[in-house]
Amino acid sequence: MRKLRVVIAKPGLDGHDRGAKVIARALRDAGMEVIYTGLRQTPEQIAAAALQEDADVIGLSILSGAHNHIAPRLMDLLKQKGLDDVLVVIGGIIPDVDIPKLKAIGVKAIFLPGTPMQEIVDFINTNARARV
Amino acid sequence: MSDNERQMKTATERAETFTTISGRPIERLYTAADLARIDYARDINDPGQFPYTRGIHPTGYRGKLWTMRQFAGFGTPEDTNARYKTLLRAGGTGLSVAFDLPTLMGRDPDHPLSLGETGKCGVNVTSLADMETLFDGIRLGDITSSMTINSPAAMIFAMYLVVAEKQGADWKTLSGTIQNDILKEFIAQKEYIFPPRPSMRLITDIFAFCADQVPRWNTISVSGYHIREAGSTALQELAFTLRDGIEYVQWGVDAGLDVDDFVPRISFFFNAHSDFFEEIAKYRAARKIWAHVMRERFCAKDARSWKLRFHSQTAGVSLTAQQPYNNVVRTALQALAAVLGGTNSLHTNSLDEALALPTAEAATLALRTQQIIAHESGVANSVDPLGGSYFVERLTKDMEDGALAYFDQIDRMGGMVEAIERGFPQKEIAEASYKFQQAVEAKEKIIVGVNGFVQEDDPPIEILYIDESAADIQLAKLEALKKTRNADQVGRSIDALRNAAKTTENLMPRILDAVRAYATVGEMCDALRDVWGEYEEVPVI
Repeated sequence: MRKLRVVIAKPGLDGHDRGAKVIARALRDAGMEVIYTGLRQTPEQIAAAALQEDADVIGLSILSGAHNHIAPRLMDLLKQKGLDDVLVVIGGIIPDVDIPKLKAIGVKAIFLPGTPMQEIVDFINTNARARV
Repeated sequence: MSDNERQMKTATERAETFTTISGRPIERLYTAADLARIDYARDINDPGQFPYTRGIHPTGYRGKLWTMRQFAGFGTPEDTNARYKTLLRAGGTGLSVAFDLPTLMGRDPDHPLSLGETGKCGVNVTSLADMETLFDGIRLGDITSSMTINSPAAMIFAMYLVVAEKQGADWKTLSGTIQNDILKEFIAQKEYIFPPRPSMRLITDIFAFCADQVPRWNTISVSGYHIREAGSTALQELAFTLRDGIEYVQWGVDAGLDVDDFVPRISFFFNAHSDFFEEIAKYRAARKIWAHVMRERFCAKDARSWKLRFHSQTAGVSLTAQQPYNNVVRTALQALAAVLGGTNSLHTNSLDEALALPTAEAATLALRTQQIIAHESGVANSVDPLGGSYFVERLTKDMEDGALAYFDQIDRMGGMVEAIERGFPQKEIAEASYKFQQAVEAKEKIIVGVNGFVQEDDPPIEILYIDESAADIQLAKLEALKKTRNADQVGRSIDALRNAAKTTENLMPRILDAVRAYATVGEMCDALRDVWGEYEEVPVI
């Protein structure tokens, strides 16, 4: 079986990338193929990267509060491209009240500050299936 | 071997090695032997005496307490104006403006990349009209304001100057700070617009303009805060920040300025992190290194050029979403370290900031934390009370040695701009950040409530929820502004700015003209993007 392919993306205008980079390295160390998109990616660019990279997982790092705009747009685009089976997870600062809304549109997990990296690795290994 | 020494050798300890949060090994005991290389008069000296290790004022906080400057901004200028009035009524002694991401990135609310960001992480300021609202009822001649703005610092500063002018305040006595530190954006926070070299030109234009017209303004706040938040060690924060400072001074000198005409207005901004003594040593070493660099490397004659003044902020990165009340304690200890290190001004974070921007109650509690340190703890009664401690003096010396070694490395690359272009500081920080995370995972470092002393039934707390109304209001205001302002005047001033960017003339007067015409931040930045392009980094993991 091929390795899981993960796109780590940083959407929006924010540049705080410590979390995105640390998790990218942790997933790589856990044996996954990691593609880090770099900063300021639009949902369109992220969906295109997922398609092009044949991603099994998309990890979004959002700290700025723009998740309510970015996540729904990305989920729509993934659907349009036939990528609805890609596992989408978000890490960052997300108010509790927004979590059910994000889950309802298909985001599978939200990891808040202080989440152990191993927990994220385990979640992805358990829930992502390599696309064929 | 004495009985005591024998006992020390055989005594068991909790761990094999003890290290600071930055991974620096710490000995069991520090003694007079650690001070062997240190000469009091040369290396430490009394407060107010070169090299200012013990502080820049002979009277320390007995003369004047540090400025309690709480960083705040969210939503519309109206929302933030109300918060400022609350903070001033609660005894805050200075303002500090947090701008939202569109403003920081030089984009108007109607730009596609501003989607979902307007008013979220700070206050949205699109034009002079917003700046007028932000400081409505606050006399700019009577307070000092700090503004965290970098790539579009010249535009936002120009707006502040025009508001002050309209209120009748004299630019010659106006005081405050703009962050204006682009190098740390490339290194750590990544809110850059233009490439490094034209960005540096904007900064030296501000140095020259202020030396002439706004002589009491702090033209730059060279920042280690964001470098630390990006995961650096304390030593990296110290070394990269001071080396950035050297870079700015060099560019100012190369632009033809006299060192003593602009260096006294350079200030610094450090993180106040959790490792208590390491932080105190960092601040003491910073003052000492800067004094020597300015006197010896740049031959500054004015003692004001030798004295490093700094703001500090407690470590946002150390706050946890779990058991958020623990953050009050973390912040208090971090603030105490900043005070014992002689900070000139201080922001204390609120307990809810791992979750959201702070509520008014949480922000008030954070300010109260500083007031308790200032008025109840007694630590402000004596200057540098830890001076002479074997441990603190040894750590201070080690910090200095480590920073000078980094300076050598960066000098050999040709300077900080070159080092950044090679990704050197970025790689160093990414490495340190990952190492720390691994130490947390392995429970070599315990974070209470996160990887130790975890509590399952952690009750949620009330947070400030910023909805979309700010974005709608700012969009409507922008649309109305575009209908009422003089479009010809805007067009002319923007063209003039674009043309001036192609020359070497000082851009501040052109920017002031555009601001007076109510040109927006986005319009002014676009004019410069046309000439200079935008910076894109190669990410380093």
